[in-house]
Amino acid sequence: MNHFPEAWGRPRNDVYGAYDHSYLQTSGPKAHTSSPAVTGTSVVGVKFNGGVAIATDNLASYGSLARFSDVKRLRNFGDKAMVGFGGDVSDMQYLDRLLDSMDIKENYSHHGNMLNAKNLHTYLAKVFYKRRSEFNPLWNHVLVAGFDGQGEPFLSSADLLGTTFSAPHLATGFGAHLAVPILRRKFPEGTPLEQVSKEDAVEALKECLKVLFYRDARSADKYSIAVITKDGIDLKEDEQIQGQSWAFAERIRGYGAQTA
Amino acid sequence: MVEYAVKAVENGGTAVGIRCKDGVVLAVEKIITSKLLKPGANKRIATVDRHVGIVSAGLVPDGRHFVSRARDEASSWRSTYKGPIPTSAIANRLGGYVQAYTLYSSVRPFGVTAIVGGWDTEAELPVDGQVGNGPKSGSGGKVEGAKAGGPGLYMIEPSGLYWGYYGAATGKGRQAAKAELEKLDLSSGNLSLADGVKEAARIIYVAHEDSKDKEFELEMTWISSVDGPTKGRHEEVPKEILEEAEKAAKRALEGDDEEEEDKGEGEQMEE
Repeated sequence: MNHFPEAWGRPRNDVYGAYDHSYLQTSGPKAHTSSPAVTGTSVVGVKFNGGVAIATDNLASYGSLARFSDVKRLRNFGDKAMVGFGGDVSDMQYLDRLLDSMDIKENYSHHGNMLNAKNLHTYLAKVFYKRRSEFNPLWNHVLVAGFDGQGEPFLSSADLLGTTFSAPHLATGFGAHLAVPILRRKFPEGTPLEQVSKEDAVEALKECLKVLFYRDARSADKYSIAVITKDGIDLKEDEQIQGQSWAFAERIRGYGAQTA
Repeated sequence: MVEYAVKAVENGGTAVGIRCKDGVVLAVEKIITSKLLKPGANKRIATVDRHVGIVSAGLVPDGRHFVSRARDEASSWRSTYKGPIPTSAIANRLGGYVQAYTLYSSVRPFGVTAIVGGWDTEAELPVDGQVGNGPKSGSGGKVEGAKAGGPGLYMIEPSGLYWGYYGAATGKGRQAAKAELEKLDLSSGNLSLADGVKEAARIIYVAHEDSKDKEFELEMTWISSVDGPTKGRHEEVPKEILEEAEKAAKRALEGDDEEEEDKGEGEQMEE
C-alpha cells in the first residue's frame, strides 16, 4: 500500500502511469486577474465647440456570447464629467463605486465637488498604473469627457497599464481601429474646435457606432450617448442605431450559407 | 459625568430640526464671538453621505468628531450594502457610539447633543455599481406601487439616548424653541418644507430673544424629497430663500412686540 496520503484515491502510478500535469495544473501563479471575463467593447468620444460627446453600446459580452444587453457603460461623476468604460465589467463596477465614494467625500467640503474631468482622468490613470504595478490590473480602457480647469472641453483616455492619451476624438477597443480613421476623415488634423458643431460631433458618433455594429462581432445596436456642455450632461441610455443597410454583406464571400 | 456634558450642551447656540411632509430642515444660531470671524464661514451643519445632515449644540470639536464618525458609518454601510444608509440606522449607530463614551474611565462623554436629519429616498435607486436593469419580463420580486422612504429626524444626547422627533431643539434657547415647535402641530404631517424653512428661521430668532445683546448668524440646511428642490440631497438653503425667511422672522418678532404693546395700552385704558 502507498503510505503517502496525497496519492490516496488517485489512479495508481504503477498501473496507469504518472499523472500528466499539463492537463490540469495544480501549482503555479494564479492568473484569474490577467484576463477579463465579462467585457464591454468600444467607447467613442468627440470634442466639439463648447463640449464633448461620448458614446458606447449597451452590451456586455461573456467571451463571444452577447450576455447582458442593457448595460450602462457611460457613468457620470458628479454633474461635471462622464467616464466611458471598455473592458471588464466587474472592474468597471469597482471603479464606479470608487468614484461614487470619492464624489461623496468631495461634497463634504463647502465648495461641493470641485473635481473636473481632467482631475478625474489623472486620478484614474494613477489608479490603473498602481494596479498594473501590483500585477493586479483593472482590465479597462476608459475615456474621460468633460471640462478642464480652464473650462475648455476635455477628452482623454487611460488604459489598464496607466497609459494616457489625448486627442480631439478618441476611441477604445475595436473602435481604435475602426472609428478613429472615420473620425480623422471627418475632422482632419488641425481642424479648429470652433468649426466642429455639437450636431456634427453627435452625427459622427452615430456613424462610428453603426460601422462598429457592422464590423465588430462583440457590439450591439442599442447604445448610450452623452453630450456634455456647460449647461450640464444630456445622457440618453436607450438609443437604437438608425438607418442600417446590410446590402454590403451580399458581396462578402467565404462564410455562412453561400454555396459559391 | 454625563450630567456635566449636558451642562456644556445647555450653553451652546440653539439648534433646531423640523421634520416636514416633504423634507427636513436644520437650523442653528451661531453667536458671533469675534468680529474677526469671516461671515458665512465656519459652518456648523455638516453633510453625511448625500442625504443626511447633522447639527449639534455644545462643544464644537466634539461635534466635529461626531460627524466624522457618522461619515465613517455611512461609508461602511455603503461598502456592505451598496446603498445609502437609512436615517434610522445612522441614528442607531451614533447612539451606540455616544453611549460607549459613558462606559470607560479613560474617556469622557460627548459634550454635544446632535440633531440628525435625513431623507430616505422613495425612488428605486440602483445598487452602487449596478450596470444594468435586468430582464424586462418576470416579476423579479418587486411589489408594484409599494411606498418606501421619507423624512427622518433624530436627536442624540450625551448619554447616548436618542429618540425620533417631529421637531427637535437643543442648546441655550431650547425651551423657547420647543414651545414654538409644539405650536406647529407637526404630528399631523401637513407642514411643507417651504413653510418649515420659514418656521425654523423664526424659531431661531424667537429663541435668541433671551440673549439679545449678542449678535448671531443663522445657518440653515434642508433635505427635500427626490422631486423637491434638493432632489433628496442635504444642501444649504439657497441664499435668497434664507434671506427671505430671515426677513419674515424679523417681521414676525416685531409684530409680536407691537401686539404686546397694544395689549398693554388697552389694559391701561380699561383701568
